[in-house]
Amino acid sequence: MLAKRIIPCLDIKNGKVVKGVHFVGLQEVGDPVELAKKYDLQCADEVVFLDITATYENRDIIKDLIERGASELSIPLAVGGGIRTIDDFRMILSSGADKVSVNSAAIANPQLIKEASDEFGVQCVVVAIDAKQRDDKSGYDVYVAGGRKNTGIDLIEWAQQCEALGAGEILLTSMDKDGTRDGFDIDMLNAVLQVVSIPVIASGGCGGIEDIIEVFEKTNCDGALAASLFHYGEATIDEVKEECKKHNIPVRRNK
Amino acid sequence: MIVIIDYNVGNLKSVENAFLRIGVEAIVSRDHNMVRQAKGIVLPGVGTFPVAMENLRKYDLIDILNERKEAGIPILGICLGMQILFEKGYEVKETEGLGFLHGEVKLMEVDAKIPHMGWNELIFKNKHPLVKNIKENDYVYFVHSYMAYVNDDELIAYCEYGNEKITAIVGKENVMGCQFHPEKSGYIGKQILLAFKEMVVC
Repeated sequence: MLAKRIIPCLDIKNGKVVKGVHFVGLQEVGDPVELAKKYDLQCADEVVFLDITATYENRDIIKDLIERGASELSIPLAVGGGIRTIDDFRMILSSGADKVSVNSAAIANPQLIKEASDEFGVQCVVVAIDAKQRDDKSGYDVYVAGGRKNTGIDLIEWAQQCEALGAGEILLTSMDKDGTRDGFDIDMLNAVLQVVSIPVIASGGCGGIEDIIEVFEKTNCDGALAASLFHYGEATIDEVKEECKKHNIPVRRNK
Repeated sequence: MIVIIDYNVGNLKSVENAFLRIGVEAIVSRDHNMVRQAKGIVLPGVGTFPVAMENLRKYDLIDILNERKEAGIPILGICLGMQILFEKGYEVKETEGLGFLHGEVKLMEVDAKIPHMGWNELIFKNKHPLVKNIKENDYVYFVHSYMAYVNDDELIAYCEYGNEKITAIVGKENVMGCQFHPEKSGYIGKQILLAFKEMVVC
């Protein structure tokens, strides 16, 4: 049986790992490759490098990080943040990443998803979606620009469109939950899982091992992404998996 | 010395890196002399079956691979590199493979999501030195839509996915292959590459 994935996400600014609350108040927590290697040893199933510098002005920095990461990690590496064009996909994949995650650029030009999946295969195209519940609770809107701008696009329609265009996976972040550490957005995840058949990774709100157990017990998501839980050493990935095992959630163990 | 065959099918760097991490010198090359001198050959590959075969032909590598196979040199195919070890593939169009192993490569018939992507558990079928360092239910990393439909005696390990048994490790004598990516499969992947290295008489 396929294992549920535990994915540590490294938010990277100017080549350093940072983690903020609601996308503000960034604190530096270390070298991305060193942290990623630690997670690899702890049995992470994949690592995400998310470059949160608004643009790709520091392309050489991220390229170097991907190359170092790819050569030192023995698990898949996904890279996101600031991807605009098919050339960005090419650069990131040829530097050694296994997956590219695209967010705002896919909203601006949905055909980018199709072009990328036609050229590189669906398995390496991840669409990251940031969404937030509408004030009248009638559904969810998709946000861009690090959660600052409401596109007015409906989450469900966008998720379906992503799949139709050839996305291989959706990384779904709840803007209501991100940085709060009070659990994943179960309702939002289930709303999306109901309408797509590609893997969905839960993101935003993880504050403890119990949140990861909850998201696997209450949704059929394929993986759970967390940042601060792991970066601040509050839990190791091994500990999360130990607890998953106790709850009969299929996870990969190292030995 | 191990040679990773460079035939323009995706990123070979990750395979080279994986060997480096276990302290094994592996050279990425398509140079005929280099391939002839290799004590072990790795056929990596991401892409499609017809393109892989076309490139092997373009670089005149098919006869050399046949010759090395007959000479008993250990040959390890990875992902698409494993698939082209078989007689025939049906991806894009019907294409003849290297025919080192018996069977055909077809789109998987499964009642689950395609591609089969993620970490899945190995279940052993036949003994082989390639799996001597690992055990049943160890997880490895898969990304593929096509699979090899293979003779029972050449199947070393499979995994369960939906209603299908997915061919995971195959082998006969000195020819072997992994559908998954040992270079991306953490500790278990390393153990498989180490076992291959031990088969290579340097």
